[in-house]
Amino acid sequence: MMQSNLPAPSQLPARIVVEDLNAYFGGAHALHHITAQIPDKKLTAIIGPSGCGKSTFLRCLNRMHELVAGARVSGRVVMDDIDIYDKRVDPVRLRRRVGMVFQKPNPFPTMSIRENVLAGLTLNGIRPKDADAIVQHTLERVALWTEVKDKLHNSGTSLSGGQQQRLCIARVLAVQPSVILLDEPCSALDPIATARIEELFAELKNEYTLVMVTHNMQQAARVSDYTAFFYMGDLVELDTTQRIFTNPKVSKTEEYVTGRFG
Amino acid sequence: MKTAANAPSTVDPPAPASFAEKGRDKWGALQGVHWGDKIFHYTTGTFAILVLALPLLMMVMLIAASRLSITNFGPAFLVDTQWDPVREEFGALPFIFGTVVSSLLALLLAVPVSLGLAIFLSELCPKKLRKPLGFFSELLAAIPSVVYGFWGIFVMLPWLRDSVQPALARWFGFLPIFQGQALGFGMLAAAMILAIMIVPTIASISRDVLRAVPDTEREAAIALGATPWETIRHAVLPMAKSGILGAVILGLNRALGETMAVTMVIGNRPKISASLFDPSHSMASVIANELIEAEKDIHVSSLSQIALLLFGVALVMNLGARWLVSGVKRRAAKITASVKLETSK
Ligand SMILES: Nc1ncnc2c1ncn2[C@@H]1O[C@H](COP(=O)(O)OP(=O)(O)O)[C@@H](O)[C@H]1O
Ligand SMILES: [Mg+2]
Repeated sequence: MMQSNLPAPSQLPARIVVEDLNAYFGGAHALHHITAQIPDKKLTAIIGPSGCGKSTFLRCLNRMHELVAGARVSGRVVMDDIDIYDKRVDPVRLRRRVGMVFQKPNPFPTMSIRENVLAGLTLNGIRPKDADAIVQHTLERVALWTEVKDKLHNSGTSLSGGQQQRLCIARVLAVQPSVILLDEPCSALDPIATARIEELFAELKNEYTLVMVTHNMQQAARVSDYTAFFYMGDLVELDTTQRIFTNPKVSKTEEYVTGRFG
Repeated sequence: MKTAANAPSTVDPPAPASFAEKGRDKWGALQGVHWGDKIFHYTTGTFAILVLALPLLMMVMLIAASRLSITNFGPAFLVDTQWDPVREEFGALPFIFGTVVSSLLALLLAVPVSLGLAIFLSELCPKKLRKPLGFFSELLAAIPSVVYGFWGIFVMLPWLRDSVQPALARWFGFLPIFQGQALGFGMLAAAMILAIMIVPTIASISRDVLRAVPDTEREAAIALGATPWETIRHAVLPMAKSGILGAVILGLNRALGETMAVTMVIGNRPKISASLFDPSHSMASVIANELIEAEKDIHVSSLSQIALLLFGVALVMNLGARWLVSGVKRRAAKITASVKLETSK
């Protein structure tokens, strides 16, 4: 539900501070001078028409953008007083603290459900002694444990779409990040699976900072505390979700949320 | 039609037969045969039958030509180590040994290099270099084997004789496989030239297999904080495993059947020796070398039986490798099957 009495985003402790961020694909300037503060332990939704740079923005927050050939970033993204684009920052270590969930559920097809949960640890060379406890606890956290506890050794891809997506979220939680980036995490799911995932987000934001790209404005209105509206590579407005949907400052935002374009 | 025949008591839908009769005048314009399609269908079908029939015909021909040798020597032909056309003693074991050992050794040398090359080309190499490097590695596969043999004789053999073999003997000479005189030519030379010849095959197919792994798999690992190597090791290679095994099988096939380059460097002496420095022989080489000059019927027949055996060895090694591949797939299928059972319960 939309909370009506949240302060403006800049008045809360910020988890991520973005300063004059520009992103390029070769010569194409995809994000223009983005400045924003993402509040700690809240769910911030990112909305905007297709191609406006939502995914690009998200991928700048865990340095996945630079993996595209020819892609480039300028500006600062500060977490815990550290600019993640500083030369000394190892993007591999950063990504263990900033998890990411993709549009299409992508559990590792060659791994079992259990191995998928532990994948982030295995990949980083960690073999925890209490692996069973971690698997159980993490799967309970995403409300998947009762459904899969008897088939932990089956392939992750054998689950339904919604279950796979929850498995992917579990896989991220197991690495204990502080921020979780979600790129249209429900767009491949049916409404019931979507509702369950949304419930999960409502719980997770007590502990994690969530940043979710969504195509679905009802979803943004339902689950997010703050909403950022992007348009053609610009951040038009970032405010409480309630304000964005009922009383935005910029007329472009109003046109978009009332469905006049996009 | 079926329902009408099985249950005549039910109300019949208009039967197609009557439709065709009644509709002949009215619907004639809609009836017709696509002759082009029919001809295409039957010609391609004929080719498919030819492909099936050809190996069988070859097998029958080889068996017929080998009859004399088979009846004369029986199963002993497989284990006999003497090959002396003058005294009419014919045993195939040295050739089987030479072919199998040189091919497996070539795989041992070629697979790590090919995989390294494939991983580099598909995952690590800067985009700009990918195309030219890939093109060159494919070009290597197009060089005729006699050219490889030529290069082997003039460049590789002297290098093996003067540098590699003395070094191996010095450091690993306590192993029986690195003992004996450094001649250059021999089993090691054959394995090395085969390895060089099959690297492009295995590498270029493996690269295509790795490229076919969707980027979403890589991103899943990278987003979890995997380094490039961890991404390859845990997300890319497991998915490409069976395809890479397929590439290795193709490389093995090329090694097993390779004749010219091998015969130019292997030494062509039918002896079984533990040392890789010693000359050896191969099934394909002995046929190519002796068939033209073979005068005695039993000699020709023995060579024919070796051809038959080469057929058999290739078949066995292929089936073995395929069994390995399907083992991987079977396990995956088992997982999905058990899951389906459980979910349907
Ligand atoms: N890999 C890429 N190479 C070149 N341009 C890209 C690439 N990915 C996205 N773009 C461009 O960047 C812009 C923003 O894309 P994106 O962030 O994916 O949009 P959204 O997620 O909001 O739909 C678009 O104009 C798109 O065409
Ligand atoms: Mg997107």
